[in-house]
Amino acid sequence: MEYGFTTAAYVVAAVLFILSLGGLSGQESAKRAVWYGIAGMALAVVATLIGPGAGLWLLSVILVIGGGVIGWYVAQRVQMTEMPQLVAAMHSLVGLAAVFIGLNAEIEMVRIAHTLAAVGIESCDPVMSAIVCAGKFSQPGIFDAFHGFALKVAEKTGAEINILRIEVFLGVFIGAVTFTGSIIAFLKLAGSVKLGSRTFTVPTTATKLPGGHMLNAGAAILSLVFLVMYFQGAGSWTLILMTLCAFFIGYHLIMGIGGADMPVVVSMLNSYSGWAAAAIGFSLSNDLLIVVGALVGSSGAILSYIMCKAMNRSFISVILGGFGTTTGPAMAIEGEQIAIDSDGVAAALNEADSIIIIPGYGMAVAQAQQSVSELTKRLRAKGKNVRFAIHPVAGRLPGHMNVLLAEAKVPYDIVMEMDEINEDFPETDVAIVIGSNDIVNPAAQDDPNSPIAGMPVLEVWKAKQVFVSKRGQGTGYSGIENPLFFKENTRMFYGDAKKSLDELLPKIT
Amino acid sequence: MKIGAPREIFEGEARVAMTPASATELEKLGHSCMIEAGAGKLAGFSDDSYRAAGVTVVSDVAALWEAADVVVKVRPPSEAEAGHLRVGQTLISFFYPGQNKELLDLANGKAATVIAMDMVPRISRAQKMDALSSMANIAGYRAVIEAGNNFGRFFTGQVTAAGKVPPAKVLIVGAGVAGLAAIGTATSLGAIVYAFDVRPEVAEQIESMGANFVFLEFEKSQDGAATGGYAAPSSPEFREKQLAKFRELAPEMDIVITTALIPGRAAPKLWTEDMVKMMKPGSVIVDLAAERGGNCDLTVPDQKIVTENGVTIVGYTDFPSRMAAQSSTLYSTNIRHMLSDLTPKKDGVIVQNMEDDVIRGATAAHNGAVTYPPPPPKIAAIAAAKPKEKAKELTVAEKRSLEVAAFKTETRNQVALLAGGGALILLAGLFAPASFMSHFIVFVLSCFVGFQVIWNVSHSLHTPLMAVTNAISSIIILGALMQIGSGSWLVILLAAAAVFMAGINIFGGFLVTRRMLAMFQKS
Repeated sequence: MEYGFTTAAYVVAAVLFILSLGGLSGQESAKRAVWYGIAGMALAVVATLIGPGAGLWLLSVILVIGGGVIGWYVAQRVQMTEMPQLVAAMHSLVGLAAVFIGLNAEIEMVRIAHTLAAVGIESCDPVMSAIVCAGKFSQPGIFDAFHGFALKVAEKTGAEINILRIEVFLGVFIGAVTFTGSIIAFLKLAGSVKLGSRTFTVPTTATKLPGGHMLNAGAAILSLVFLVMYFQGAGSWTLILMTLCAFFIGYHLIMGIGGADMPVVVSMLNSYSGWAAAAIGFSLSNDLLIVVGALVGSSGAILSYIMCKAMNRSFISVILGGFGTTTGPAMAIEGEQIAIDSDGVAAALNEADSIIIIPGYGMAVAQAQQSVSELTKRLRAKGKNVRFAIHPVAGRLPGHMNVLLAEAKVPYDIVMEMDEINEDFPETDVAIVIGSNDIVNPAAQDDPNSPIAGMPVLEVWKAKQVFVSKRGQGTGYSGIENPLFFKENTRMFYGDAKKSLDELLPKIT
Repeated sequence: MKIGAPREIFEGEARVAMTPASATELEKLGHSCMIEAGAGKLAGFSDDSYRAAGVTVVSDVAALWEAADVVVKVRPPSEAEAGHLRVGQTLISFFYPGQNKELLDLANGKAATVIAMDMVPRISRAQKMDALSSMANIAGYRAVIEAGNNFGRFFTGQVTAAGKVPPAKVLIVGAGVAGLAAIGTATSLGAIVYAFDVRPEVAEQIESMGANFVFLEFEKSQDGAATGGYAAPSSPEFREKQLAKFRELAPEMDIVITTALIPGRAAPKLWTEDMVKMMKPGSVIVDLAAERGGNCDLTVPDQKIVTENGVTIVGYTDFPSRMAAQSSTLYSTNIRHMLSDLTPKKDGVIVQNMEDDVIRGATAAHNGAVTYPPPPPKIAAIAAAKPKEKAKELTVAEKRSLEVAAFKTETRNQVALLAGGGALILLAGLFAPASFMSHFIVFVLSCFVGFQVIWNVSHSLHTPLMAVTNAISSIIILGALMQIGSGSWLVILLAAAAVFMAGINIFGGFLVTRRMLAMFQKS
């Protein structure tokens, strides 16, 4: 097939991908948008298979279908609460694929150099490609066995090969960081994974090897040294060593980031997988790869930015792990946490007119979304105004709570963002906090010494009554006390969120 | 421990310190309860209902005082009652140790422990046993009801076929617990309510209850937080200003409810005789401070009088007792909370922990020593109000200049960014070959398009966005597909692995996105 046809197909695919992302601006158009994405991907794959340079297309199709069956199986089986793990796991696949493809490019370059050396050509003029060079040395036939991608590399001039080296190096580096980083993120989000008889667990809290950031910096500097050496033609071993360095950076970087920062980490890895694809696109001179890589990369970058803004923290400080140091002692909290049982909560709910529910990661852990939905249904059936307030960083994935509530069939038009609903708390009779902590901590506004000072929070304490469904008296992820729990209008509804709600449900009459 | 509640012997007192419900809770703490026959009758609790709750009903009051380890009461004990006290016995009641010095000495002489419910410190933890507040709440409610009883018109405005009725105007002076309760009751009856307090920080509370805060322009306003939520005496200048404001309001008001009290002093005179004269006939004044001499000049304690110009002044001092069922329920709950703090292990053993702020504060006599007055509590009653910075109202010109400045910085930032980015790209163009630059243009433009498109993505769809971008990023399969046919077995192997992994990603990513999006439903 002609090269022109493939390019045309790529253009159409790129437009479809852009439409697919743009369509996510609304719930209804999103349902169409996903089909644009599928169509774009199908078009791109088919055009590449029948386009120039491809071979072994039967093997390719079998592999795609084989992978597809696994993907289909996983997608059907996955629980909505496990979405963060799934997304992280899939990022690792893209990362590893990028590493493999980058290594392939290097193998081809080495193969061409060997072929030239085999016929006694030691050096070529940088303005000449390998093929021209071979022709000049009257060995035009040596590249006959080369086709597809190898031929393309052989057609590159010396200067282009140098650029290619940088591109390959970058692609492999980013891909490798994405790979190990995503695996660690996956393990952190999943808690523990059984593989055969062994169980892998990773602490969800931030853990660093002795040396901390110096190790990361050291590995990065080493990688830079390898880049220079590789560029000077030191050989493939520099690329391999750099890959190992990058593997380590990905591992150690994500190990040092705690569970609650996972929304930023996952979106950051999402961004990296995009940049890796773009870098590979450069090395393969494939515009569609560049376009899509850039789209995905910028998407992940924007998501990371939104998440960081929602936590009032700089991207750098999240990536480097740990909260900033406090400048003084935290404000003393007075009062006590007053517990309440389901009868008390039910009585208050039966009397309330307007209710706002604030779900957090605890709801996902307890798998309580169905019970929350049932509670909402019952309260709405009684004509009460029930709404949900979602903090941007609630959960372990951007928009995690929305997906969980949607799964439990909570209508999306009563699920509000923080900015939409924060002003309504003073007019609200009852606010129910289910498994969230730091995102409703008034210390963020009142206490300038608090580690989360300045982070935008949901002002639940302004509601007439607040119920907090919580497992015990412990602190949230950030390890700081939450003055909300000690407020006069707050009552603690201790226990597993799902059990508590199920106990509450029959009492709503 | 045995907890006994004698009948209140003060004349007209209908409340009782133990109800069947509170007795049940006390039994859960390991105590046993006894009550004098007929003690709950006036509050609507029969002896039988007490028996049903497991309370021993004793007809002989002397036997009750003899048997009980803890005596719970409402009013301070009379001398005769105090005579019953014995060594080690605990008395829990209102006591007013500041005013009842002799009574305190009498009780202390018997080496009894006296816990004064009126001395419970006003800190958040002790709110559940703050009987003054729960009684004040009832008094505030009842004051409005009494006013309505003596007021010849509706509270709420109505337009009926028989004519138009204007709404009643109610002024509440003093927005403490009683004042706020009165505001709530009066607004829910439909009156237009104004409220005044010397502490400006309560304006928010007043407005939250639905009343209008009567604002007094005065430079140095006081912070009530330091005095445990009570108002402190004000300066003469302030008082004059305040009275002038009241004179202005007096002719308009139909009902005035005064609740102003200063701890340990006579009630301030706030509603003078001339203000009463200015009021319309048929108006009602309810003076909740009558027991301490009244806020109104003409108040006669314990009586209802009608002035020459037809203004009714209610000076009752027993509002909580007039609602004995409600006040007994709340008071007995306060007592029960006090006892549960005194019984930390819930095993029926009273521990008089004098290290505890609340118990120390309320205890007036213990182990033969007078412990009144208590040291100030370790925790400040209410956090001092932070000076609020008022958001300055911007003039139009200022707003405009701010907008212009914001626009200018935005322009400057954008231009700087563009110039910097452009310079970098030009620099790259100087060294990189043309083939690279053509791809680079595509890359930069795609990033740009990505940024523009992603900003519009709805927040609730961020998870599907991640799944979609994840699926799309497996476009990297193209690279693997291009390499797979290149001939070297190692390349084929790696490329095949990449194709396989990307295949998982394509299908998994898109399918899971579709599954998620299908779940989003409109109501």
